[in-house]
Amino acid sequence: MPLNFTIAVIALPLLMFLFLGLAGPKMSRKIAGVIGTLGMLVTTIIAYGVSLTYFFGDAEGQIADGVRQAVVVFNPDWLSFTKTLVVRMGIMLDPIAAMMLVVICTVSLMVHLYSLGYMCDHHGHAEKGFQRYYAFLALFTFSMLGLVVATNLFQIFIFFEMVGVSSYLLIGFYYSSPAAKHANKKAFIVTRLADLFFLVGIMILSYYTGTFDFDKLVFGPNGANSLETAGSAIASAGGQTFLGCSVMAWALTFIFIGGAGKSAMYPLHIWLPDAMEGPTPVSALIHAATMVVAGVFLVARLFPMYVIEQGAMDIICVTGAFTAFYAAAIACVQSDIKRALAFSTISQIAFMMTSLAVSSAGGNLIEIHGGTGLGYMASMFHLFTHAMFKALLFLCAGAIIHAVHSNENSDMHGLHKYMPITSFAFLIGCLAIAGIPPFAGFWSKDEILVACYEKGLGWGLWMSAVAGMTAFYMFRIYFLIFHWKEHKIHTEHAPADQPWTMTLPLIILGVISIVAGFVPAHSLVTWDGAHLHTQLNWTVAGTSVAIACVGIGLAYRMYFRENNLPQRMADSCRGLWTAAYRRFYMDELYQFITHKVIFQSICKPIARFDRAVIDGFFNLLARASRSAAYGIRGFQSGDTQSYVFVYYIGAIALALATIICVAL
Amino acid sequence: MEIFSNILIYFVIVPILTMAGLALCQNRGIAAIRAVAVTGASALMILAAYLVYYFLQARGAGDNSEMLLRTDVTWYAPFNIRLALGVDGVSVVMILLSAFIVFAGVFASWKMNPLPKQFFLWFYLLSTGVFGFFISIDLFTMFMFYEVALIPMYLLIGVWGSGSKNYSAMKLTLMLMGGSAFLMLGLIGIYFHSSADGNLTMNILEIARNNAIPHNWQMWLFPLTFIGFGVLGAMFPFHTWSPDGHASAPTAVSMLHAGVLMKLGGYGCFRVAIYLMPYAANELAWIFLLLTGVSIVYGAFSACVQTDLKYINAYSSVSHCGMVLFAILMFNTTAMTGAVLQMLSHGLMTALFFALIGMIYGRTHTRDIRDMGGMMHIMPYLGVGYVIAGLASLGLPGLSGFVAEMTIFIGSFQHADMFHRVLTIAATCSIVITAVYILRVVAKLLFGEVQDPHHAQLTDATWEERLSTATLIAAVAAIGCFPNFFVNIISDSFLPIVKALGQFIPVA
Repeated sequence: MPLNFTIAVIALPLLMFLFLGLAGPKMSRKIAGVIGTLGMLVTTIIAYGVSLTYFFGDAEGQIADGVRQAVVVFNPDWLSFTKTLVVRMGIMLDPIAAMMLVVICTVSLMVHLYSLGYMCDHHGHAEKGFQRYYAFLALFTFSMLGLVVATNLFQIFIFFEMVGVSSYLLIGFYYSSPAAKHANKKAFIVTRLADLFFLVGIMILSYYTGTFDFDKLVFGPNGANSLETAGSAIASAGGQTFLGCSVMAWALTFIFIGGAGKSAMYPLHIWLPDAMEGPTPVSALIHAATMVVAGVFLVARLFPMYVIEQGAMDIICVTGAFTAFYAAAIACVQSDIKRALAFSTISQIAFMMTSLAVSSAGGNLIEIHGGTGLGYMASMFHLFTHAMFKALLFLCAGAIIHAVHSNENSDMHGLHKYMPITSFAFLIGCLAIAGIPPFAGFWSKDEILVACYEKGLGWGLWMSAVAGMTAFYMFRIYFLIFHWKEHKIHTEHAPADQPWTMTLPLIILGVISIVAGFVPAHSLVTWDGAHLHTQLNWTVAGTSVAIACVGIGLAYRMYFRENNLPQRMADSCRGLWTAAYRRFYMDELYQFITHKVIFQSICKPIARFDRAVIDGFFNLLARASRSAAYGIRGFQSGDTQSYVFVYYIGAIALALATIICVAL
Repeated sequence: MEIFSNILIYFVIVPILTMAGLALCQNRGIAAIRAVAVTGASALMILAAYLVYYFLQARGAGDNSEMLLRTDVTWYAPFNIRLALGVDGVSVVMILLSAFIVFAGVFASWKMNPLPKQFFLWFYLLSTGVFGFFISIDLFTMFMFYEVALIPMYLLIGVWGSGSKNYSAMKLTLMLMGGSAFLMLGLIGIYFHSSADGNLTMNILEIARNNAIPHNWQMWLFPLTFIGFGVLGAMFPFHTWSPDGHASAPTAVSMLHAGVLMKLGGYGCFRVAIYLMPYAANELAWIFLLLTGVSIVYGAFSACVQTDLKYINAYSSVSHCGMVLFAILMFNTTAMTGAVLQMLSHGLMTALFFALIGMIYGRTHTRDIRDMGGMMHIMPYLGVGYVIAGLASLGLPGLSGFVAEMTIFIGSFQHADMFHRVLTIAATCSIVITAVYILRVVAKLLFGEVQDPHHAQLTDATWEERLSTATLIAAVAAIGCFPNFFVNIISDSFLPIVKALGQFIPVA
């Protein structure tokens, strides 16, 4: 399939959005859903065709000298700031963009299909706003696709905003619910704050380099990432510093903060758990598989620049490693299954971030940076596998929630008997995320750990420990949902596996989660487009599987059958448990800052100042002139005697003045 | 008469003819009044579209003169008062903006009551002033049309307004007149120094070419004119007329006022103050940059705590219009182009906001967001319109606010001076605060449960309301999706100004 078919991949969801958005209210709900899903199906087929052509068909010359090049298929000017500084709206395929096309379209199609069943009440009637829901899904898909094929940094920023808004609209889909309306506001504002940093980063970067285009920032003459190009882009700042750091380090750190907002890195993660107020398929698509990896994608996009500006890379590394642990710790005690999965997502994205950050470029600069580019490949690989199994887990969670009408695991328990397919699919997802071979997560996570050990033993051990926690909390959720004990109400309204529209995506994603690990990522998505020689590091692999098994074993001991061990452990360190359950009070901190500090101590005084002081001054002016007018109006009384009196006084005064003047 | 062969004069003649037509209507003949008003507005739209077409053709054919369609007729010879017309790219887009707002405004005041005929008469008088201002390149005619646009405001608010309308009308008029007083002093001063050889002139292009205003005089005249226009542009601390004025004004007047009239301020600031006095502009820019920088953040913070829908938008206008003046003072083509885009964007978006607020207020009879909620259930069309206006305001790509703000920020950051760059970053913070107040009001007003059971009976938009808002939404989306079309019209117009400034700015 010719690569310029990518235009259709981007355009179709946009047309779907416009069509469903404008004509949707006029058509029946079911038809709108079916049209949306069919549109997505066509998009997915084209996207697969394009990606396969890009990766495996070398007829179009996208591989030169063994290096997979970036291909720009479409790049018109959109907004000219100056003659040279131009924002273009382009479509570019390179390894990570082509991979993301597959990820986004696959998950999006599954979610479209799944929602046909999920967004119905239990009589099978589509919910109110079904058309709107599908329109927003299409809008999101368009925005996300536009983001990954961007040819320049500004285009990424534009689509960052677009995905942010789609996410806002979808989180707030149930807009009557107070929780949803707060959650979407919070999500938008937190990511907007991050985008502010992103924007400032872009402003600094473009000021010095004079461009937004990736082919001038990171791509070398051979069309793949190049440290030389990135080096000269960074050198264009002329070594200027600001507060002791080079301006480029500032710019790149700010850009990372923008990505950290979308990717829910600590301390900008607080919006993601709340975003679970949206419909569950939306959580699967946006808040597990695609939008939340936009930050990882952004850092990967500018990877050569970060490699050279190691200061910024160290910040990413520390943030990622800390977030991975922090979120995993919280995920261990959450009782709402969607929130537990949300924290798991944060932790896994942090894995990808860390992996990128510990990776130093390979190739010709091995001696200087001492790395192999393994972390980059591992990060992208994990992005791919994680999208599949996390979407699977969320869709399973959705099926369960749809069956029992609750998010709390205390309302579930023992569902294995009632929902065998869902249970089995969830188990596959858990095994994949825990890193048990041969499931997908094993292969990608193993390579991340290898990359971390290459950076240093400490980083490796830290991340291995987090991997163990991952296995523990995932199986905790699994056992609490599907085992633990029989549930009392199940006998009357027995929950069951859901209709085929919801079950089929589970099966498809389950199969992908099993086999995705065998995708030859090391030859497809490397940082420099060349083949990367890797082999399984048995020491690391063995250790990580052993740690995962310990985690699973512990979870089995604590949560498979009902017992009071979890309660005893929680009681024994009550403070820590509560702190983790309350997510280490980050939300309260934000609440304090936004509400008490900004709203009460900045906005209110300013508004009062405006009314009392500034407006008061002008009112005072008006009042003063009015009193002056009242004061002098006595002179215009119309009373002849007083006129004459004043006249004489004046005449005498003038006469006296004249006499005195003459006399002197 | 050679003047009538110039298409520009018809932008003044058409509103006057419309007024004549309205005067002939019966007081109660609402259908006839509407017909005349719509005809006038449509004629203006067609004229404006033709003007854009003509402008593009002329520029495409290689006509690079600073102003096109120039006509110069003597009005009163002893004082050198002339009617000088001419447009460049900026005026063309401003005229287009005005035509859009007048068109939407007519439909938004479809059910105006009482005295519809008189309302439209004043409405069109105001439009006459607005269009006249944008087509003039003579200081006297400019000032005259400026005043023609301001005065009808007093009656429009005082008669058809709501709330404490007398206070608001008086305050707005007096404050703007105060600005005019400054302005008049400035303009007279410019006139008396307009030429070194005694051939005094009011023509802007000639004054700029003579470049004869002594530097010490510029230091006085620049602040006078800049503040004079700045008052109308809601510059801190002269913005306080805006919240009260907007809150009391009827819908169409708010639309026209925020949409177009406030743009007169920004337009005048660069056309007169900066263009004619580049030396002082360069020397004193930092004071006004600080003031406008404060406007941007201050307006946004103030908007966060307001509870009246119109107050929120009035303060939001302070913030957005502050950005216009802020960008103009950056003295480079990119930022100034951004300023004009922001004028367009803010004009359309605020007009849309005020139209929607008027429609909601007409149904609920309250503008207090604490008393409302769940409007999305009750009036989905207006709700969606409000969300789109909000997203445009907080800068969603694809709508106009984004391109305007980004052009301003990127352009301002191109300044080599650290002071300007730091101020720019401070101004950028407003994008977050804007998101806060917009989403706050959207969540309160539209989402959640219906607060007042009486509201559940209300109806959604009627056809004329849909037409009015759809026009504005289409315009907002057009700018957002195809910004280069507008940038190409606008940006070359700044070359003479940037060149005039260039003599005083050290090359970075």
